[in-house]
Amino acid sequence: MNRLRWLKPGSGMLPIIVFLGLWEVAARIGLFHGNFFFPPFTLVIRESYQLTVNGVLPENFLRSLLRVLAGFSTGSAAGLIIGILMGYRECVNKTLHPIFSLLYPIPALGWLPVLMLCVGIGEMLPIIIIFICSFFPVLYNTITGIRTVDPNLVNAARTLGASEWKILFTVALPLALPHIFTGLRLEAGMAWRVVIAAEMVAIPTGIGALLMKAESLIRIDIVIVCLMVLAVMCLSFERVFIFAERKLTSRWR
Amino acid sequence: MPEIVLRAINNFVCRDITLRVNNGELLVLLGPTGAGKTTLLNIIAGLIAYQGTVSFNGSPVDNLPARLRRVGYLFQDPALFPHLDVRSNIAYGLKIQGCSEKELSYRVNGMLHLMNITHLSHRYPKDLSGGEKQRIALARALAPSPQVLLLDEPFSSLDFRTSRYLMMELRRIQKQLGITTVYVTHNLLEAREMADRIGIICDGKLEQIGLPQDVFFEPENERVSDFLGAPNVLDCEGWRTLGDGLIEATCGGIKIVAPHEGEQVEKVVIFPAHIHVSRERPPGPALNRFKGVITEILATQFLPRFRVKVGENIFLAELSPEAFNDMGLEKGGDVFLTIKLKWIKII
Repeated sequence: MNRLRWLKPGSGMLPIIVFLGLWEVAARIGLFHGNFFFPPFTLVIRESYQLTVNGVLPENFLRSLLRVLAGFSTGSAAGLIIGILMGYRECVNKTLHPIFSLLYPIPALGWLPVLMLCVGIGEMLPIIIIFICSFFPVLYNTITGIRTVDPNLVNAARTLGASEWKILFTVALPLALPHIFTGLRLEAGMAWRVVIAAEMVAIPTGIGALLMKAESLIRIDIVIVCLMVLAVMCLSFERVFIFAERKLTSRWR
Repeated sequence: MPEIVLRAINNFVCRDITLRVNNGELLVLLGPTGAGKTTLLNIIAGLIAYQGTVSFNGSPVDNLPARLRRVGYLFQDPALFPHLDVRSNIAYGLKIQGCSEKELSYRVNGMLHLMNITHLSHRYPKDLSGGEKQRIALARALAPSPQVLLLDEPFSSLDFRTSRYLMMELRRIQKQLGITTVYVTHNLLEAREMADRIGIICDGKLEQIGLPQDVFFEPENERVSDFLGAPNVLDCEGWRTLGDGLIEATCGGIKIVAPHEGEQVEKVVIFPAHIHVSRERPPGPALNRFKGVITEILATQFLPRFRVKVGENIFLAELSPEAFNDMGLEKGGDVFLTIKLKWIKII
């Protein structure tokens, strides 16, 4: 019985199986203009297998993955460090806040034309865009997390002999973790959406570029494969951070 | 443990406060909400700016930041670190001091044992009751062996029974460790239970400081007497000596036993805060125990006060808001009033 637990209504898998089943049947009976524009699920799976075997999918996926990892990790790290400084030191906040509040509303992809001119069309372009897209949410969530720490806890640590840096690392930062993880979780998915968009518009390699090529060849099955990869990766990245957050904070929250 | 001396302390709340807390003493700072009691604690702890001098054992500590003053501070909110378990909370100050693992373990275990909280050592604050949290906060404050202990209405958010139990526990531990302590409250009953001496603060000014009986029976000015509440003054019709320094005075048809050495007995003075009120007949001898009827309930800012008719006398009595609600007292209801000998003043 335990082996079939994932099939139970509460597990979340059942609706997906039903959806895929309906998709397969609808495509097979030609509900939407035949197989060409609406391939059955099994055909998409077969295509994704062939793309994997011939190396097209892994190569493009790896390119996108590396760009996401590079941009997301540097953007998040920068957001975290500057967020800590802004949240903990009022003078840093007063200096940087006016600049960041002007830059924050600009969508990450809005930087694309400027970056294409400044850094050219290359590996750095999507990485910088993901950096920008990851930086601001992590920055603002870190500031909020640090600033919402109960001042009584800070005073308690102070009277117990802790220096300002000790308070930061032993009280403020651990208590800001839930806010920081919210930023990381949201932006982990967003980084994938942005890299696909950047590759579709300006970069000749990666999942986004593959998607555009498939579109120009009118290969709906490959388009769907690319979209499925995007969905799975967005979800996986978010899940990683949900798991890490639970591991680190579930005991005390 | 050092004495604490404050000289000419001024800031945005406190006005020229000078006081001394003796070695090993528990001084209660009493006053209405917003009087500046917490501000004064924060000044002693070095958490806020001030003018004047704070000395521990004769050495000024004005230039020391809070972390170097070696002060144990128990806030109104227990302020336990939610991400640390009980053991780590208590060990926090010791780790900051750089204690060795062996000593840290020894001292944390000692605190757990002293506070009777060994069974809670691996729990997180979210899984603790209010009373347990305050005990752990006290253990955390005491663990690094502070020079002085500061307590800011630590039991005000707890139910009546728990807060009374913890007050007794705190008094026991304070005496056992002999630590110089400043305890802030606006509750007269709490002050009476805890204090070696009481300081009355109103509007940022220290109005009076002295032994509890001096403060309660001989308020130095109107501000103090207004805050403490009007005393019950009963006219005596007659009296007789019982021996051993005791007399029995007859006032409005009731007999009151009180300590008295003088020749004259005209009036008996009892403060509302010193009358123990209960709905059921208290156990023990019926000495100074009277049954009466509530004639009026008065709403006051801090304490519910009410008038009780006993014989021909009308007593003004008071209870903490929690005890008043727990008892469900109403106008016309019967209550028992009990007054301890030491709280009766003969004039």
